Amino acid sequence: MQTETRKLLTVICEAQLESHVIADLERLGARGYTVTDARGKGGRGVRNAGWDRSANVRIEIVCDDKTANALAAHLRDHYYDHYAMILFISDVEVLRAGKF
Amino acid sequence: MSSLDPVVLFFILGALAGLARSDLRLPSAIYEFVTMLLLLAIGLKGGVELSRQPLSELAPQMLAVVAMGLLLPLLAYPVLYYIGRLQRADAASIAAHYGSVSVGTYAVVVAYLGSRSIVYEEYMPVFVVLLEMPAIVVGIVLARGWAASHQWRHLAREMFLGKGVVLLSGGLLIGWIAGVDGVQPIGPLFFDLFKGILALFLLEMGLITVSQLGGLRRSGVFLVTFAVVFPLVAATLGGALGWLLGLSAGGTIVLATLAASASYIAVPAAMRMSVPEANPSLSLAAALGVTFPFNIIVGIPLYHSVVARIHATGT
Repeated sequence: MQTETRKLLTVICEAQLESHVIADLERLGARGYTVTDARGKGGRGVRNAGWDRSANVRIEIVCDDKTANALAAHLRDHYYDHYAMILFISDVEVLRAGKF
Repeated sequence: MSSLDPVVLFFILGALAGLARSDLRLPSAIYEFVTMLLLLAIGLKGGVELSRQPLSELAPQMLAVVAMGLLLPLLAYPVLYYIGRLQRADAASIAAHYGSVSVGTYAVVVAYLGSRSIVYEEYMPVFVVLLEMPAIVVGIVLARGWAASHQWRHLAREMFLGKGVVLLSGGLLIGWIAGVDGVQPIGPLFFDLFKGILALFLLEMGLITVSQLGGLRRSGVFLVTFAVVFPLVAATLGGALGWLLGLSAGGTIVLATLAASASYIAVPAAMRMSVPEANPSLSLAAALGVTFPFNIIVGIPLYHSVVARIHATGT
């Protein structure tokens, strides 16, 4: 099977940021994204999604190397200081490279 | 114990369960649904009453209430900044929380008055809507100065389209348009079940309150003291305003309670986006960890007894 390598950018952040982050992603060239509800624990304590103030979301974007880096840099510069957010980039194999 | 309303006992149950680390949790979709029902019920009730009142007669009262919403954060800020030595952003954000209102506390005072058959001006939900917003604007100006005005448009969107304001004012409008007879068919859900829904809501609030206590441990004695004393000062102002406006004893209790309450839905959301450097765990610990339980357990009966005494001597 013919596959190609793309980047998977995973962002986990406080749920309230969802619409802001997604607007940024689209503006910076992400062609699609997937959002799931999430909960967990990190530098800003337990975020157990008991109510909307303590809920997290996980946003995943598959894209090329350049876009992934641009997105990551933008999110780091705009949100890392004051919001609960982590992100990481991994390699993934995709079948339809043109889609991403 | 008989002075405690059963709905408050649900709050205490939730808090105890949280303290004991029980696995009790209201599914978040249910919590959201219950919040929606409360907001709509409160809005509808106020709207029905509005349909019987000429709006022009209420205008002076509405202006006075907005003025109170602007004044309260201006009183809170210097205390937090100079005496509490909090960072400017934190002081401004907490001041905004205390200038705004808590719908949950409003629901409890209404239930409290209802179970004692004390009448109050039922258009009060209008004041709840009006008091939500001025403090947010004052808080942002305190934190940022007028320079923040470039983002007002964005902010206005967040303030007016937040679910709290949409549901409350939507309910008001629907109640106002439909009138007493119009809302009759939906009454069983929104009015008859009100106290049961409030009980569920408070059960979850008990759990949430306890989850804020960690933030309280870090914020220290000053913030805890502030979270009790400032509501008392604000309640005095609110009560005095109610008396000046010629509200009934019940209405005065409601206005005192509204002044004493601190927001934990609309303001945290707006502050998180507009003043992100403010630490949300400080303001939520104070508003939710201390002031909310204080108001529903001690505050409301206290405001009631003071107002009752003043009204008894006055008339």
